[in-house]
Amino acid sequence: MTMIQAITHTLAQAMERDPDVLVFGEDVGPNGGVFRATDGLHAQFGEDRVFDTPLNENLIVGAAIGMAAYGMRPVPEIQFMDYIWPAYDQLVNEAAKMRYRSGGEYTCPMTVRTPYGGGIRGGHYHSQSGETPFAHTPGLVVVAPSTAHDAKGLLHASIENDDPVVFMEPKALYRAAKGDVSEGYYKEELGKAAVRQEGTDVTIVSYGSTMPMSLKAAAAAGEQDVGVEVIDLRTIYPWDKETVLKSVKKTGRLVVVNEAPLTAGFASEISATVAEEAIEYMEAPIKRVTGYDTPFPYTLEGLYMPNPNKVMQAIEEVINF
Amino acid sequence: MTRPLTLLESRKKDLGLDLSEEDLRRLYTTMVRTRKMDDKLVLLQRQGRIGFYLACTGQEATHVGAAFALEQDDWVFAHYRDQGIPLLKGIEMERMVHQCFGNVRDNTKGRQMPVHYSFKEINFVSISSPLAVQIIQAAGTAYAMKVKGRKDVVLTSFGDGSSSEGDFHSGMNFAAVRKAPCIFLLENNQYAISVPLDHQTASDGFAVKAEGYGMPGVQVDGNDVLAMYQAVKEAVDRARRGEGPTLIEAVSFRMAAHSTSDDPSRYVPEEEYAEWKAKDPILRFEKYLLKQGVIDEDFIQSTAKAAEGEVDAAVKAAEAEQWHPEADTLFDDVYAELPPHLLEQRERMRRDVEENGMPGGHH
Repeated sequence: MTMIQAITHTLAQAMERDPDVLVFGEDVGPNGGVFRATDGLHAQFGEDRVFDTPLNENLIVGAAIGMAAYGMRPVPEIQFMDYIWPAYDQLVNEAAKMRYRSGGEYTCPMTVRTPYGGGIRGGHYHSQSGETPFAHTPGLVVVAPSTAHDAKGLLHASIENDDPVVFMEPKALYRAAKGDVSEGYYKEELGKAAVRQEGTDVTIVSYGSTMPMSLKAAAAAGEQDVGVEVIDLRTIYPWDKETVLKSVKKTGRLVVVNEAPLTAGFASEISATVAEEAIEYMEAPIKRVTGYDTPFPYTLEGLYMPNPNKVMQAIEEVINF
Repeated sequence: MTRPLTLLESRKKDLGLDLSEEDLRRLYTTMVRTRKMDDKLVLLQRQGRIGFYLACTGQEATHVGAAFALEQDDWVFAHYRDQGIPLLKGIEMERMVHQCFGNVRDNTKGRQMPVHYSFKEINFVSISSPLAVQIIQAAGTAYAMKVKGRKDVVLTSFGDGSSSEGDFHSGMNFAAVRKAPCIFLLENNQYAISVPLDHQTASDGFAVKAEGYGMPGVQVDGNDVLAMYQAVKEAVDRARRGEGPTLIEAVSFRMAAHSTSDDPSRYVPEEEYAEWKAKDPILRFEKYLLKQGVIDEDFIQSTAKAAEGEVDAAVKAAEAEQWHPEADTLFDDVYAELPPHLLEQRERMRRDVEENGMPGGHH
C-alpha cells in the first residue's frame, strides 16, 4: 500500500469500528479529497458522516471542537497545512485548552488531518511545514508519519486519543512511501519514536517528509563505515526525549533534520534539550539541517529544501569535527 | 426597524404562554438572584477580594428567559454575561462564587478568570474569553446531535460585538447549511466595551443578518423575560422539528461596566443610561407580576432578602476555603494522561514549592 492508500483504508476502518467517527472538510465528500485520501468514504458511510463543509477552515476546526465536546470523534481535513492558520485560534486557544480550562469537564478528542511539506512544486501556499507553533501548544499532540505502516497505526491511535491531534501527512510521501500494511486493525503508540537504523557514530533525528533523505544519507555514510543511528520521532509533540537521549549518549553526535525554517524550528528544541541534558556526551557540535529562514519558494524549491547531500554534509561535519 | 417583540405591557390578560405561576415566580427569583450576586461580586472586586468581575446587570431577562425554554439534555455555549443560566438550571450560587475566587473548591481548578464557568451536569460548556469562538463550536455540537438522531438543541449566546467576528459567520452558515438544531442568541446590549452599534454594523439591527444565511431572524425586547421565553421557545420547537437554526436578537442594555476594569461613564451618555434604567427588566417584570397577582410586596422583599443572604453565605464559604487549588493541579488536564515531559516538570515544580513555598497570595 502507498501512504495515501493506508490513510484511506484506516479512515474506513475507524468509521466501521466507531459510529462516532465523522470525516469532513473541503472536497472530502463525493470527490474523495484533492489527494483522494477520503476516496469512497462518502459512498460507504453516507452524507451525515462524510461531508463537504462550506469553504472555511476556521469553521472546520471549530465545528469539530463542538462535535468532540459532545462525544464524537471528528476527523476533519484541512486541505493543505498552509490553510490551517484561519483555524489557529480554534486549535490553540480552544481545542488545546478545552480539557484544562473546564477543569477536565469537557474534552476534545479530534484529529485534524492535513498534508504538509514541499517537493510537489507547490510554492509557499502548498508546501509549508507548520508544526512549530502547534508543538509549542500544551494540550495538542502533533504527529507526522513517514511510512505507510505508521500512517495507519498512528492515525488509529490519533483518532482514539482523548485529546486533539494535528496529524501532519507528508504529501511528498503520499505515493512515494510504499510498504506492507496489514489489513487488520493495529495502533502505533503516540509519543514513541522508532529507531529506523542502528548505529554507533552519529544520531540523526527526523520525522515525516525528511525521513527518506535521512535514511539515504545514513546509507551513504554507512558505505564509508560511518554508523548512523536514524530516529523517526513519529510524534513531534510530546516528543520521545528518552529515545533520543539514549542514542546521543551512545553516538556523541547529533544531526537533526526538518523541512521547516531554521530559527526556532523543532530541530532547535531537540538541539537545546540534548545540549541541556547530554552535553557531556557530545563529541561535536549539534547540526540542524532545515529549510532556510525564507518563505518557501516556487522555482528554487530544490535549493530551499533539505536533501540527502545536505544531510550527508552535516554527518561529515560532525564526524570530522 | 420593526418593533421588537414585547409582551409585558400587553393589554391582553392571557399572553398565551405555557407558564404556570410557579414558573413565573422562578423566572423572577432567578433574575433577582443574578442581580444580587452581580452587585455583591462587583463590590468584592472593588474591595480587592476577587480579581475581576463581569456583571450582566440589565440583561438578566435576556438569558434567563431564553434558557427557560430549554430542556435538561439541551446544551448551552454561553458567553461571559449569562450567569443567570447556571442559576436557573440549578447550579448552587456557592459553586459559582468558588469559581470567582479560583479557590480549592472551584470546579475548574482556578484555571480561568471569574465568570468563565463550566458545568457539565447542566451541559453548560466552559466559557471562553475570545469572542464568538463558541458560536462555531455550538453549531458543531448541534450537528452532532442531529447525526446521533437526538431531539436536543443547542443555545449559544454572544454580544453584538461578536457578530463582527468571522466565527459568527462561520457558525451561522454551517448550522444553516446542515440544518443543525442551534439557537443563536445575540444579546445586543448597545456597546462592545466602549464601541457603539453604528461602529459595529451598518445593517438595520442584527436579526436581518439571518436572512443572508437562510434562517429566520427575530428581534425581541431583551428586557422582557416573557417575550424572550416565547421567542426562544418557538426557535427551540422549530429546531427540534428538524427545521434548523434561528437567530434571535435580544435588544437590551448593559447597565453595568463591561468589566470591573472598565468605566462606562466615559462613553455612555447619561440620558441613555437613564432611559434604559427606566426599562430595568426586573422592575418591569415585577410590575407585571404584581398586576397579575402572581406576587405581592412581601414576596418581593423576601426574595431580595433571601438572594442577599444566599450570596453573602456563598462569599463567606468561598473565603473560608484555601485560596488556591493544590499545586499539583497545575499539571492536571493538559492531557488525559501526564506525558513524561510534564511528569518531569511537575517534579521541578514540587521542588520549587518545597524550597520557596507557594508564590502569590490573595488577590
